[in-house]
Amino acid sequence: MFESLSQGLGSALRNLSGRGRISEDNVREAMAEVRTALLEADVHVDVVSDFCEEVVAAALGREVTRSLKPGDEMIGIVHERLTELMGPVDSHIMLVEPVPTIVMMCGLQGSGKTTTCGKLAAYLKGRGKSVMVAAADLQRPAAVEQLGIVTAQVDREGRGSAKVHFYAEPEKCAEYGRVTGVAVGVCRRAVKAARNAGVDVVILDTAGRLHIDDALMKELESVNRAVNPHQIYLIVDAMVGQDAVNSAKAFHERLAVDGVILTKFDSDTRGGAALSVKRVTGAPIKFVGTGERFEDLEEFHPQRMAGRILGMGDVVGLVERAQQEVSEDEAERLAEKMAEGRLTMDDFLDQLRSMRRMGPMKQLLGMLPGVGAAMKDMDVDEKQLDRLEGIVHSMTSRERENIKLLNKSRVKRIARGSGTSQGEVNKLTRQFEMLQKMTKQMAGGGMKGRINAIRELSKADPSMIPGMSGMPSLGRRGTTKTTSLKRRFKQRKKGR
Amino acid sequence: MGLFATTAGAIRRVLARTREVMGGSLGGPLSGPLSAEVIDEIEGRLMRADVGPGATTAIIDELRASHRAGRFTGAGDTIEFLKQRLKQRLQAVDRSLLMAPDGPTVILMVGVNGSGKTTSLAKMAASFRSRGQSVIIAAADTYRAAAVSQLEIWADRLDVDIVKGAAGGDPAAVVFDAVTAARARGIDVLLIDTAGRLHTQRNLMRQLTKIRGVAAKKIAGAPHEVLLVLDATAGQNAIRQAEQFKAAVDVTGIFLAKLDGTAKGGIVVAIQDVLGIPVKLIGVGETPDDVETFEPDAFIEAMFEP
Ligand SMILES: Nc1nc2c(ncn2[C@@H]2O[C@H](COP(=O)(O)OP(=O)(O)OP(=O)(O)O)[C@@H](O)[C@H]2O)c(=O)[nH]1
Ligand SMILES: Nc1nc2c(ncn2[C@@H]2O[C@H](COP(=O)(O)OP(=O)(O)OP(=O)(O)O)[C@@H](O)[C@H]2O)c(=O)[nH]1
Ligand SMILES: [Mg+2]
Ligand SMILES: [Mg+2]
Repeated sequence: MFESLSQGLGSALRNLSGRGRISEDNVREAMAEVRTALLEADVHVDVVSDFCEEVVAAALGREVTRSLKPGDEMIGIVHERLTELMGPVDSHIMLVEPVPTIVMMCGLQGSGKTTTCGKLAAYLKGRGKSVMVAAADLQRPAAVEQLGIVTAQVDREGRGSAKVHFYAEPEKCAEYGRVTGVAVGVCRRAVKAARNAGVDVVILDTAGRLHIDDALMKELESVNRAVNPHQIYLIVDAMVGQDAVNSAKAFHERLAVDGVILTKFDSDTRGGAALSVKRVTGAPIKFVGTGERFEDLEEFHPQRMAGRILGMGDVVGLVERAQQEVSEDEAERLAEKMAEGRLTMDDFLDQLRSMRRMGPMKQLLGMLPGVGAAMKDMDVDEKQLDRLEGIVHSMTSRERENIKLLNKSRVKRIARGSGTSQGEVNKLTRQFEMLQKMTKQMAGGGMKGRINAIRELSKADPSMIPGMSGMPSLGRRGTTKTTSLKRRFKQRKKGR
Repeated sequence: MGLFATTAGAIRRVLARTREVMGGSLGGPLSGPLSAEVIDEIEGRLMRADVGPGATTAIIDELRASHRAGRFTGAGDTIEFLKQRLKQRLQAVDRSLLMAPDGPTVILMVGVNGSGKTTSLAKMAASFRSRGQSVIIAAADTYRAAAVSQLEIWADRLDVDIVKGAAGGDPAAVVFDAVTAARARGIDVLLIDTAGRLHTQRNLMRQLTKIRGVAAKKIAGAPHEVLLVLDATAGQNAIRQAEQFKAAVDVTGIFLAKLDGTAKGGIVVAIQDVLGIPVKLIGVGETPDDVETFEPDAFIEAMFEP
């Protein structure tokens, strides 16, 4: 996407370079590309129109920096503006004295309110704050029990020693539409209980509701009046489309929300709703949910989000995920082995596994800038990876340590054991030997060795990279930076 | 009439409510010759309905070509043509549920987190029950907190049998037990609830394939329906969801839930177009009665409401 966006912008703005200034016509043409990118990312169509007008205004008359192509310059402007609109970063939860700080969750059905209550509780617990989570959804079957289980789990397993309490009046539950209004009393009593218990924060989980359900929206307004929460958070599913604008607007008009939490960010959604919702509520995006577990809550980064919306790939996200999956020790051990040319099949398997744990290859590679567009035609063969794993599994541990042991009969056995062909086994061993040779040169051979290794790598058939075919050339620039894994991990760690 | 009520009534009801609350007006500048303004307006409406830039561009190109061919003569022609074409895109498929001629019909519910699987399953159970068919439900979401209890409450309210396993247990084992029970007891319909999972989670998608396999092995032709439950508010990502779920479990139809909000669910146009998966049922509320068959005409009319 980024590539095609920048190509599109590039061709629209090509004539421009000579003139050195961005003109209205060029820009309008170029903005058609940006527009499509934003619409594909689910940014609301009206927000897109406004946004494009703003960018045109900002771009007009801007001198084109000599060193940049006009297309890049435009992307820069677009990215900057997106970042600005979705920012600033604000993951601060305002806490009040005297305690408790009252936080209310609201949102459409199934957006992730109950799960996010647990995540927020865990977040606060980790910062030494005691929490009471209260069940004010009396309508969805087993909503109270769900919250109770989540809360107990956070109390038991969450970081920090502060307590996480649970408040509920399960006997008040009833079928849909029969309990409207009852939540008000439950919330009032929950806050009272929290005050008596002296907890720092009380979080109210409310039932999911449609923004056009007047009776249920009135119920929320009543809760708001009754307990006067310090913070009201709107929970929004990041996979949502154009309607995000309607619902966010309605919730905001009735409740004046203080913050937004985007959930299910671990999907491959481009998440343009972030921009729409920010635009209509003006409320900061506080956090993003990145999984079903209570620890899957992250701070929101507008810059990364802008890249994601434009399809530019979330490089920082990739690095963080890689970091989670590959421990520093592991990386260090690997770097050493590589330097000594002692890389074994087991290491290779480990690498394969940790890559897979990070998510489907395609998605993973899509996070790299410049790879996104090329990926469209690239075939990352997950099945092939399965087969590779199968082959390695069928080797004995001695064989994995020393690939040279493989003779004809061993190869035959391995092929049979893994349900592959002897040709496939041979191919893998060849690939592996090449990898071994290259890593050795890279890591140990000084500058000269490294250059040789890179030369060899660039000559190599893309199918030599396991699991990939039709891999586009990623350019030399990135390749020379492949210094030592060890050093890179060190740097990364320091940077935090 | 069939098992489920029809769309038209519900959509009209919902629209009335939407209009009341949002203060929207009907009609609009869509009559008259095909001008840049008319195209803008059409584009805007398709976009707002989540039809998406890809399908929208295709539709507008088609419109332009017809215009050039001189097909529009009177006022209102454009919009009528457009609706007609959209209906054609959505028509011509069988939307009825495939039922096993004898022995249990097995229906598998799948979808991303929170889309409405469990509630939609309860709605279907209620419909089958009201027709006098025996129903058993399998609680194969062993992962999410209180997912089994949620389903148990529904089973209790609807007076149907439920098969469940241990929390955190193997969902495929639950399905195995449920299929066995359904056969042994001569049950008409087995409905399988599964845990919400993102289409990007490979291992969970594989688990789903396995679940499907267990049902298929025990009963010839099962699962007879694999319904992907989509949230009507979903945006362009729904295409990827449909793609991935189709690849993993061979989805036979879509249950479009939460169509009682202001979202139009236009993404299903692209999904049927590109992947050939038809919408079979729609969800229009949180009670067991809030399920209807999908009617393209009413759906498209609703899509063009501002
Ligand atoms: N993958 C993923 N799943 C999530 C995330 N947040 C919530 N979920 C899942 O989404 C589904 C719905 O979450 P809930 O917390 O029950 O949603 P809710 O808003 O409380 O739902 P209602 O109370 O019915 O309105 C569950 O399956 C959750 O596990 C997230 O960040 N990532
Ligand atoms: N307004 C409305 N709400 C619905 C509809 N269908 C489901 N819901 C609500 O959406 C929320 C989530 O529904 P569930 O059935 O629990 O969704 P699920 O897909 O089983 O969720 P997980 O199992 O957590 O992935 C609940 O609050 C339901 O009451 C519908 O058609 N309209
Ligand atoms: Mg909830
Ligand atoms: Mg469920």
